[in-house]
Amino acid sequence: MSDETPQRPLPAVDYLKLPAEGDPYLEGQKCKACSAIYLGERSQCSKCSARDPFEPVRLSNRGTLYVYSIVHRSFPGIETPYISAIVDLEGGGTVKGNLIGVDPDPEKIRMGMPVEVVYKDALGRKDKEGNAYISYFFQPADAA
Amino acid sequence: MSDVYILGTDMIKFGRFPERSVPQIAAEAANLALDDAGVSIQDIQAMWSGNLYQASAMVGQRVLQEIGQTGIPVVNCANACATGATAFRDAWLSVKAGVYDLVLAVGVEQMGKGLLGGGGGGKGIPKEGLLGSGLMPAVFAEAGMEHSRKYGTSFEQFAKVSVKNHHHSTLNPKAMYQIETPLEQVMNSEMIAYPNTKLMCSVNVDGSAAAVLASEKKAKELGMGRAVRVKASVLTSDPWQERDLVMPDVNTCTRLAAKAAYDMAGVGPDDINLVELHDCFATAEILHYENLGLCADGEAGRLIDEGETALGGRVPVNVSGGLLSKGHPLGATGIANIYEVSTHLRGEAGKRQVEGARHGLTHVIGLGSACAIHVLEKVA
Repeated sequence: MSDETPQRPLPAVDYLKLPAEGDPYLEGQKCKACSAIYLGERSQCSKCSARDPFEPVRLSNRGTLYVYSIVHRSFPGIETPYISAIVDLEGGGTVKGNLIGVDPDPEKIRMGMPVEVVYKDALGRKDKEGNAYISYFFQPADAA
Repeated sequence: MSDVYILGTDMIKFGRFPERSVPQIAAEAANLALDDAGVSIQDIQAMWSGNLYQASAMVGQRVLQEIGQTGIPVVNCANACATGATAFRDAWLSVKAGVYDLVLAVGVEQMGKGLLGGGGGGKGIPKEGLLGSGLMPAVFAEAGMEHSRKYGTSFEQFAKVSVKNHHHSTLNPKAMYQIETPLEQVMNSEMIAYPNTKLMCSVNVDGSAAAVLASEKKAKELGMGRAVRVKASVLTSDPWQERDLVMPDVNTCTRLAAKAAYDMAGVGPDDINLVELHDCFATAEILHYENLGLCADGEAGRLIDEGETALGGRVPVNVSGGLLSKGHPLGATGIANIYEVSTHLRGEAGKRQVEGARHGLTHVIGLGSACAIHVLEKVA
């Protein structure tokens, strides 16, 4: 280990932005021709095939739970259960992530319920160099 | 263009054969299909081989190195779980186009145990269980929950699919399992990814299946007695959908393929007497009842409740036991489905025979995505 100052945590995915000033956010890439929204950089739209430059857009931190699954069996070393959730964000963009702040019980999870995007340490996961990561999670909006 | 016929088709009993090589497993099905057609590998003009996990290992040529190196063209196909059906379709295309009169399609897979999907890899840290799940049981659970969201489909209704297909497999000696699984057992087995329990996930097995395809001219020459007519062969990929990036869509590519297949075959869903569809998870079967037009949208739950898709019902689905109980050797599955439907159209399916079957449909999905549908017709 060196004496260097520890690096700031890194984003878990490239569409999660951690500005030096201000709050973290998810960034979409919007097709200027047809307005389709993608996660991550791209050079051509797979909806309309336009090759025009894409426009980065700041995605909303509010959305609704579209569907989910409660995962009880996963790879060795991954803590279960966890709720895999597909969330439609307000104003466009659909994102998959862990739903937290609610029991992993189908009786407690309502499809269509409002959720918010929150940003936290990536469950303690670090890369080979020991870097920490920030990830995004969903939680019920009324539990905030 | 004249029709293309299946002259011979067969599969091995699915199981686990770690001591055998992939080409050896494939060669057994190839020989069975050749024998069924009453021809020799020496008569075959071209061959298509479907295998996923050894896609770069020239499996097709290595099959010929087992059973007869005649110098014919060999094409190796990989198309996820649609691999076998893609090999069959491209063999069909070559005959339909008039290039060959007698060709062979073989599908084979040797599977490990355990969960599929969820790899992702890439830089940084593992994403499984951090950004939701990419594991197949969860992906298909989410696809099923979309149906629940729209129509109120219940965990119990999804579970009934597994009860049905396990029951069917008790009548199929070539299935991996011949075990009844009552509803309580299915619902109480280990939860993998709600609402899919362990008994609602397809079985990872080794297996192979093969088919000999012939032109009309060749079929007449060799004898049409047990031939099966290929009325439609369709392959689609996944059209753009707004949730594509995070939620693979198995519905749209199936609907696109089903419409094209019915148009090509000149028949509709009401004319279909049995279906082998891609029940990789119990949730998936429910979706495909509607995607294939076996019922109106929203009625799939009722279909399983009322037994319409069970053997003896209006349109039996997966009488082979399906991927859930017959097993799912990825590259073999698409041709094994064709073997199953052909066997019924020939009236040779024994205890599980769908009586009077004239038309049958096979369907597979390769996530990523590919959908292949074939409509087969009884000749004699």
